[in-house]
This record gives sequence, structure tokens and C-alpha cells, in this order.
Amino acid sequence: MERPLTDNLRADGQPLSLREYMGCGGYKALGDALRGLAPADVTKAVKDSRLRGRGGAGFPTGLKWSFIETGPGAPEPRYVVCNADEMEPGTFKDKVLLLGNPHLLIEGILLAGYAVQAQAGYIFLRGEYAEAGRRVQVAIEEAYENRYVGRNILRSDFSFDLHLHMSAGRYMCGEETGLLNALEGRRANPRGKPPYPASVGLWGKPTVVNNVETLCCVPHILRNGADAFLKLSKTSDGGTKLYGVSGKVKHPGIWELPMGTSLREIIEEHAGGMQEGLGLRAVIPGGASTEFVLEKDLDIPMDFDSLKQVKSRMGTGTVIVLDDQTCPVSMVWNLEQFFAQESCGWCTPCWAGLAWVAETLFAIEHGGGKPEDLDILDMHVNLLGPPGHTFCALAPGAIEPLESALRHFRDEFVRHIEQKHCPYMARQSAAGVE
Amino acid sequence: MLSEEVKRKIEKETRIYPTKQAACIEALTTVQREQGWVDDAALTEIAGLLEMTPDELDGVATFYNLVFRRRVGRHVILVCNSVSCWVMGYDSIRAHLEQTLGIRLGETTADGRFTLLPIVCLGACDHAPAMMIDLELHGDLTAEKVDAILARYV
Ligand SMILES: Cc1cc2nc3c(=O)[nH]c(=O)nc-3n(C[C@H](O)[C@H](O)[C@H](O)COP(=O)(O)O)c2cc1C
Ligand code: SF4
Ligand code: FES
Repeated sequence: MERPLTDNLRADGQPLSLREYMGCGGYKALGDALRGLAPADVTKAVKDSRLRGRGGAGFPTGLKWSFIETGPGAPEPRYVVCNADEMEPGTFKDKVLLLGNPHLLIEGILLAGYAVQAQAGYIFLRGEYAEAGRRVQVAIEEAYENRYVGRNILRSDFSFDLHLHMSAGRYMCGEETGLLNALEGRRANPRGKPPYPASVGLWGKPTVVNNVETLCCVPHILRNGADAFLKLSKTSDGGTKLYGVSGKVKHPGIWELPMGTSLREIIEEHAGGMQEGLGLRAVIPGGASTEFVLEKDLDIPMDFDSLKQVKSRMGTGTVIVLDDQTCPVSMVWNLEQFFAQESCGWCTPCWAGLAWVAETLFAIEHGGGKPEDLDILDMHVNLLGPPGHTFCALAPGAIEPLESALRHFRDEFVRHIEQKHCPYMARQSAAGVE
Repeated sequence: MLSEEVKRKIEKETRIYPTKQAACIEALTTVQREQGWVDDAALTEIAGLLEMTPDELDGVATFYNLVFRRRVGRHVILVCNSVSCWVMGYDSIRAHLEQTLGIRLGETTADGRFTLLPIVCLGACDHAPAMMIDLELHGDLTAEKVDAILARYV
């Protein structure tokens, strides 16, 4: 099968140089677009390709771009911001593209920039991705030197500046309006929506924010047409998807597969199934803020719509496996601790609620749980889960693993409370494992 | 006092944004690369360069996991405690680090060689458990591997 995102990656793990990237058709889509396509044609191709955002929410990319007002009198400058924050626990997919083919990302950003007639772009990269930062910076400089970025790109009248912004680590920077505040040098608290970034974004100007993988899909669409992109997929959404698996499987990793590949195929064929002696109990399909899916439901296709049937979401498409020897209550405690810590503190239900959730789970896991603790957890599910009760989507995202754990593993919570200890701990120490 | 070179780097970074304030994270991390952490004097000086108040800049500095507003050791160990690493044995790696170094999370060894801190997912979940030392990534950790890695940081 064709893998537009990863087919050209070098076997030695080094990034493609500009020349190597051009050798496999790189920057051709950009050249053709600048010479032969109106900006609106680029947006139309992306719309027709049914590309949906790979940052987790699956928003249709072409539609997002079409919200940007262009033409005479439209507000300027306009910006394209690439979200390379990738801090969702269990997610490690954008890194593959940033490390392996930074020019693919740059071409995607330029095409987005041309489509919305933007003047500048920023790649917002998490501080821990230091090596990716070095590679992206080298690629940007190469692109400037060869007139793919800067003034009058490829002698057209399109000019676009591109810069790398190295962040310093905080989950909230990935939320798109928190990201805009962070880029402006403020605390990454989110902004009220509306207005959306498409009308009031970076420094108050119209801004498109897209994920790394989303933008990396764009050159293929322009080069081969929307239909070819649609055909890569097994479902009605276009393209391939970078799927990942971590946890106690034989071969954790990332694979580019047709959109809609089943969870079972990803885990059994690509990740090699479970390690010897372990069974698979459930998975979190797409990063920490998605709902547990039970083993019996693994035949479901991994795409934006199918997982709704089992009350979950594809999220970032990176699967975290829960094996049958790991305590689900403890796992949820770990997750909620993360969310409580990374809450930006802007709204009370989130900062106070998630801390309470994490403390309650700690108590249950460590033998101090009371029967009414389950009511406390349920209360938080109802208070924080529905959208609109908090200022941004961090809190509802935090509730997804909790709500689904209470739904699927309620008896495990009860056992912890009744036995006043974690049953898995007992099993582990009996087996001599620390 | 910030060195002329650091000031030049900060000034250069401000040119990629329409406002000076936007360069503040890069300014903080530039200073930190030089001296390990950001003390009050450096913070005040950066704030002056970027036309911010020190409080405003401190509000940003303290928002981030990788900006240190307290003195740290020569090397900072960031051990990932997020979900995939936790499933793959974070607890025993943390215990091994604490035992070997004789410190708890959040502390610095008496000789000032290492500071040990927890960190959220490093995006290395396929090589869990993972840690980072001075922004260099180490994965697939075992107790023996940790010992060999630590020996490289003097
Ligand atoms: C707390 C939080 C963290 C997020 N982190 C990221 C991230 O690291 N990378 C990302 O692309 N999107 C992240 N998102 C989603 C973004 O807000 C936004 O939807 C996305 O960048 C849009 O790009 P897309 O349409 O290409 O998916 C996060 C959302 C929330 C609520
Ligand atoms: S939901 Fe949480 S992270 Fe989002 S604004 Fe409120 S406190 Fe901040
Ligand atoms: S959970 Fe540790 S690197 Fe992702």
C-alpha cells in the first residue's frame, strides 16, 4: 500500500535533506499550486479529500481553512500555526514526522499558507523534542536558502515567513487558544470561544491552527488529487493514519495504515500482540483523554466516527494497552493525576475537581476508599464531563478515561474499597514482583 | 548580569515576533542553558529587555515544566511518570534512581551533580519506561541501563 507520510523516510532514522525530499517529488505540489491554482482551489482540494484534523478532534481541515476571510480589505497579517506540542500521554506520532521529514511539514504549512493567503507561520514545538527542534530549524534554513520560504517564493508573488517556536513543556499549550497565548509570551490559559482563531487568533489576527500530521497530509492531496487521498482510506474520511501502540505488547511502535484499520489488526498484526503470559483487557484508543474500549470491541475500525459506537473516540490514534495484570483503578489514578497537575487553573470545576478526583482515586487505590467515594467520582463525571461546564476541553477530556473506567470496571473499584487494598498489589507481591 | 552573548541571542529571537514579549520563553531557556536555572536577578533583567514586569514574566516562567526557578544540579533527570511508562515499570525505575542517588523526587544530590524530577509523557511511549537527562532522551530503561547512563554524566 501507499504510505504518503512515511514511505520516503530514511532507514537510518536521519531526516531527509531538501535535495532528498525534492528527489521524491517534494515541493512539486507547492510549485504547481503557486503557478496554476487559485488559493480557493487548494482549499477545495483539501475539502474534497475529506481530510480531518489529526490533533484529536477530527475537525474537517478544508472547512477550517474556508473560515479565513481573504481578498481585498480582509484583516492582515494572517497566520498559520502548526501545533507540534504533542503532550497527550501515550502519544508519540508527530515526532516521527518531525524527526524524519521536516520538509514535508514545511510544504504542508506553505500550502495552507497559500490557501488562506497568510503572511507568516510558526511551528509550536514542545521543549522536550529538542532533537526534532534542531532538525526542523535546519530544514527551515534550507528552505529559506532555496527560496521555498521567504519573499516571492519560487518567483511567485506569494511571500511567507516561517519560524520555529520552542516551548518549554506544558500540556495546556496544545489546546489551540492556550497555544496562541503561549506563542504571544503569556501563560497558556485558553481564550473564550467565540471568537475562533480563524477570525481573532494570534495577536488578534486570523489564524489557522493545525496538527503536524494534518499538515503533512496536504502535499499528497495536492500532488495526487483528492480522490487518490480518499482511496487510501477504508472509511469515508480520507487518507492514511499514523497509529501507535504502547503498553505490554511485543512490539510497541508507530505504523502508517489506511484510515479505518481495526484496533485488532493494529495491535495483533503490527504491535505483535501481547507479551508472553499476558492477556489484553482493554485499550485507551487515542491518548490519555479517550475512553477505554474493551477487548471484545477491538474489531471496530479506528476512525473518527466508528468508535462512537462503543462510546469512545479515536483521539490521536495512539493506543495504550491495559493488560490483565495491571490494575485499572491504579491506571486511572495515574491518568487523573496527570490531568490534575496539568490543569491550567483558570476555572474552578477543573482545577478543584480534578484534584479531588485524583485524591479520591489515590485513597481507593491505597486502601482508604469509602463506598461514598464512588458517588464523588460519579458526581465529577456529571459535573466536568459535559462540554460547556469548563473553559476548555481539558476537563471533559480528563473525564473520558474516568467515566469509561467506572462503566467498565466498576466492580474493581468496589473490590478495592471492600478489601481495603489493591487486589493487584497482593497478586504482584505474591508473585514476588515489586 | 546577563552576558552580552545571551543578550544578543535574546535580541535576535525577538525579531521573529511582532512583540518582544513573545520571545520570553526562548529568553528564559537561553539563560537557563547558560547557568542551569533562572534566578531572580536574571528574571528581572530579561523582563527589562522584553518590556515586561518581572511579575508578568515570572507568571509565564512558572507555568512551564522545563523552566527552573530554583537552583538545580549540574544535570537534571526528568523521569516520565505518565501512563505508558507507568504501565511499563516507572515505579521501579523511580525507586532505583532514588536509591542510587540517595535523594527523593524534587531533590538534588549533596554534591550538586543531579536533580531528580518527575515529568509528563516524553513522547517516547514505545520505549517506555523513559527519562531525559539535560534534554537527552533515554528509553527502554532497566536498573542496569540506568546505572550505565548515570555514569556518563559527571
Ligand atoms: C488540553 C488539550 C491539549 C491539546 N494538545 C494538542 C497537541 O498537543 N497537538 C495537537 O495537534 N492538538 C492538540 N489539541 C487539539 C487542539 O486544540 C486543536 O484542536 C488542534 O491542534 C487542531 O488541529 P487539527 O484540526 O489539525 O487537528 C489539544 C486540545 C486540548 C483541549
Ligand atoms: S478546563 Fe482546566 S485547563 Fe481548561 S481552562 Fe479550565 S482550568 Fe484551565
Ligand atoms: S508515557 Fe512516558 S514517554 Fe509517554
